[in-house]
Amino acid sequence: MKKYDAIVVGAGHNGLTNAAYLAKAGLSVLVVEKNPWIGGASVSRELHKGWMYSNCSYVCSLLRPEVFRSLNLQKYGLQIVPYGGSATFGQNGDILGSYVDADMSRREIARHSERDADASVRFDRDIMRQCRFIRKFLLRTAPDPTSFKPRDIREMLYLSKEFNKLGEDVIYDLMRFYTMSISDYLDEYFENPLLKAAYAGSAIIGSALGPMSPGTAYVLLHHAMGEVDGNMGAWGFARGGMGAVAKAMAGCFADHGGETVCGSGVEQIIVKNGKVTGVALENGDEHYSDVVVSNMTFPRTFLECMDEKDLSPSFLKKVKHFKIRGSSGKLNIALDGLPDFPALRNNPELIKGDMHLIDSMGRLERAFDDWKNGIWSQDPYIDMLIPSLTDPTMAPPGKHFMSVFVQYVPPKVKGKEWTDEQRDQFGQTVINQIEDYSPGFKKLILHAEVRTPRELENEVGLTEGNIFQGELTMDQLMFNRPIPGFAQYRGPVKGLYMCGSSNHPGGGVMAAPGANAAREILGDLRRTNTVPEGWLDD
Amino acid sequence: MNNQNNSVIVIGGGHNGLVCAAYLAKAGKKVTVLEAAKQLGGASITREFAPDFRVSAGAHLSYLLDAEIRKELGLDGHGLSMAAEKIDSVALDPKGKHLYFEGDSVSGEGLNERDLRGMKEYRRFMAKFAGVIGKLHNRIPPRMGTQDKSDLFSLAKTALDIRLLGRDDMREFLRIAGINIYDVLQENFDNELLKGALSLDAVLGTKSAPRSNNSVFTALHRFSGNNGHGAGALSLPKGGMGAICDALAAAAKAAGADLRTNSPVKRILMDFDRASGVELENGEQLQADIVVSNADPKTTFLDLLGARHIEAGFALRLKHLRSKGNTAKLHLALSDLPNFTGLDASKLGQRLLIAPSPHYVELAFNHIKYGEFSTEPVFEITIPSVHDSSLAPPGQHVLSAVVQYAPRDLKTGWKGGKAAFTEVVMNTLEQYAPDIRSKAVMAELLTPEDIEQEFRIKGGHWHHAELAMDQFYMLRPVPFASQYHTPVNGLYLCGAGSHPGGGVMGSAGRNAARAIIGK
Repeated sequence: MKKYDAIVVGAGHNGLTNAAYLAKAGLSVLVVEKNPWIGGASVSRELHKGWMYSNCSYVCSLLRPEVFRSLNLQKYGLQIVPYGGSATFGQNGDILGSYVDADMSRREIARHSERDADASVRFDRDIMRQCRFIRKFLLRTAPDPTSFKPRDIREMLYLSKEFNKLGEDVIYDLMRFYTMSISDYLDEYFENPLLKAAYAGSAIIGSALGPMSPGTAYVLLHHAMGEVDGNMGAWGFARGGMGAVAKAMAGCFADHGGETVCGSGVEQIIVKNGKVTGVALENGDEHYSDVVVSNMTFPRTFLECMDEKDLSPSFLKKVKHFKIRGSSGKLNIALDGLPDFPALRNNPELIKGDMHLIDSMGRLERAFDDWKNGIWSQDPYIDMLIPSLTDPTMAPPGKHFMSVFVQYVPPKVKGKEWTDEQRDQFGQTVINQIEDYSPGFKKLILHAEVRTPRELENEVGLTEGNIFQGELTMDQLMFNRPIPGFAQYRGPVKGLYMCGSSNHPGGGVMAAPGANAAREILGDLRRTNTVPEGWLDD
Repeated sequence: MNNQNNSVIVIGGGHNGLVCAAYLAKAGKKVTVLEAAKQLGGASITREFAPDFRVSAGAHLSYLLDAEIRKELGLDGHGLSMAAEKIDSVALDPKGKHLYFEGDSVSGEGLNERDLRGMKEYRRFMAKFAGVIGKLHNRIPPRMGTQDKSDLFSLAKTALDIRLLGRDDMREFLRIAGINIYDVLQENFDNELLKGALSLDAVLGTKSAPRSNNSVFTALHRFSGNNGHGAGALSLPKGGMGAICDALAAAAKAAGADLRTNSPVKRILMDFDRASGVELENGEQLQADIVVSNADPKTTFLDLLGARHIEAGFALRLKHLRSKGNTAKLHLALSDLPNFTGLDASKLGQRLLIAPSPHYVELAFNHIKYGEFSTEPVFEITIPSVHDSSLAPPGQHVLSAVVQYAPRDLKTGWKGGKAAFTEVVMNTLEQYAPDIRSKAVMAELLTPEDIEQEFRIKGGHWHHAELAMDQFYMLRPVPFASQYHTPVNGLYLCGAGSHPGGGVMGSAGRNAARAIIGK
């Protein structure tokens, strides 16, 4: 029986990134994937004849350019196409548009509030400062503040050096930014509710927090620190859907001799006298290696795929306390034609961008109150995109694919598992919401896939359907992610590594956890490092 | 000490103002305290609210008062004594299945093994972590990003304090310090009533709910007082909270400070770029080398000083200081002790909590986000007259309760809202003490608006400014004023709006005095 140098569990984008770097370093690597297809949550699927759905993640920005370049993803067919602007819809029929052209955006804000137009300059500058700081740490392994290892001390010193470089006022702003609620933070800049709502959206996407919960300002940063072609904060489509990202990574991986086995999940990660020796698949196959890298969520890895007796009770306790709460749902809709949004008639090009249905902090917070009560938001926050307008490969000519991201959606309904009826009711809630802004929308629907956290977990394996593989709160960031003491991609068992978004720097199609884990593994195996470190661009 | 900084005016005779004055006077300064009200004490006073019924009108329990200050100023020698110390708490249940907290343990129906074990562990690490916060209380916050030795040394000291928790506790501290109490309680307990009561301590007086991140921090702050009795130990001063300020006033007087009541300050006088004194409402002008304000930061800079004397960026930070109150205060004059369902009369002297579950608290909180008051509020109730007969006529009693949540800016306005909220409050209380209405001779409810007017705290927040991580230590009240001296020469802050914040602690006043004497 062949023994691999490393086995990666899960062909999500982090797993494939990890595998690709290991293969590049000359290791013989096997990737095992439970689904018949690869990609995890970064996937394109033809769920309706002729339509390609990005049925989980749907836009790209966070993907680290260092990874893009070093894995040469372009060569393997990945093309990120930036899309223009966004529109936030008010209930009064007005919208707030944002455009690629900064001046147009400013004029549009001024239409709502002169004061906010000025403030937006300050706001963008301040957010940019925070981004430039955090980006330095995305492709670095977080130090353990309790450790006296030279490497950790060096890293802590680096952190404090960069921190001090910011200068006194920026440091104060940073300290506040990381602990404030997005609602309070935006109130310091803006007065217009529509504008505030427009920004607040990205501060709650994927997290089980309301805009008035402290800690949400950071989540905004998490959505702003990405880029497309060097344009900070810009977002784009992967041509062919998000599956193209995984496909390119898999291409690079295969090119370096990597093997992939799809269609059977891991039954158990095999441990013999304190060391991992391989994995046993559900179909009975076993594959052997001294290095097993899990791209699965932190809880799934240890609670579902390992034997309790191989782990210490205190560790298990911490795994069980890991916060990974579903809060989002998704509709993927095949449309017979382009929906009409009366509010967009004056600037039709905005339909190519991000469309948010939200117009006040209060509405957004009330949507969260529903989640706290264990039901899906009755007046949900909706983030819609029509990729087929930018990328014709997504739908037949004249037809369109619409991706609808919804918050808030609880992992369980009032503590009970979702039923199919409830799922469909949830779908109706969302479609009715859209119909309000786009009369006749319902008639255009040819097919709709409704995804609650239940579907997300069952298909992609994201525990509780949390899209970030774990909440992005202070107890689960940097050296606390996934849990203190295990934030350097090593599991509690020798030879076991973790490369999923449950690890620093967290979720989004970023590929950083996978890359960082690969660097650690190669270090432990004393192989030459193939993984970029730190902040290489501009 | 150069006599350039010899005469000092303290605006406001609240507990911090008096502490500051006492220390400065002891250091030989010529100190004048100007209090607007007819009695000293600010929000730490005892006053009559019904004929012959007296109550601690603001803070009603002492748990943060710094033991060092109490000793250094000889407050006990100046007449401070406690009517009751280490008061225990009861988590009230409408059906009478109450939980009884005694020290670090809890007893009562429906508790399981995990709850009992959890309680010990919870108290242990909360007290330990609160100790780290407590160490900060008597330090002047450092500035960040400077190369100044004392700043770096101070930061290093804090880093060391955290490191000395030991590896595992340090990790736990860094994990939970920034998050919400709800998750921490879920990790340790099963019993809803128990979790509800514990979550209440985390949110009292702050605009946060059990699920709001930052509520672990506010809980730690509550337990962080160096009160000499252990984390969060509660005491009732004899004669109400006013007794603390009476003793402070006596100490200040003895040290030579001049204390003037009925002297509201109209504005702070400027001599070019330096605060040179104050003008009183009655037009009288007093000169001083140093002006210390015990008033809240917004009142100090925007009302008394005037925004034109401060730089725009600093004014902006002040404007953003969150300082809206969210807590109301209920005072009842009782003809006799009320009967709480299933509660033995001997327990009525304890702190009675109405917070049946974290979700209940969460729902109570939801209203305030939209400018409404809770339709089912949470309570922290005391009946001080059980321990202290001086507060009410023989055989009769006073009930004092902190009630949440009540927004400073009620959407419908407090004019009509007050009666409605009083009704809500009494109805909720009635579910636990059915005969409360028949025993209540007289009721007084202080909304945040009333608190703002009575105690002259802009926004009516009992901490002067919201207590949150982004408004703590070197960020409190705002950067560049967090070392007690301000961008305005000769003008200092010494109130709860400064580090380490509210609660009758005295540390802000003492630190301010140290900052001044250090000059």
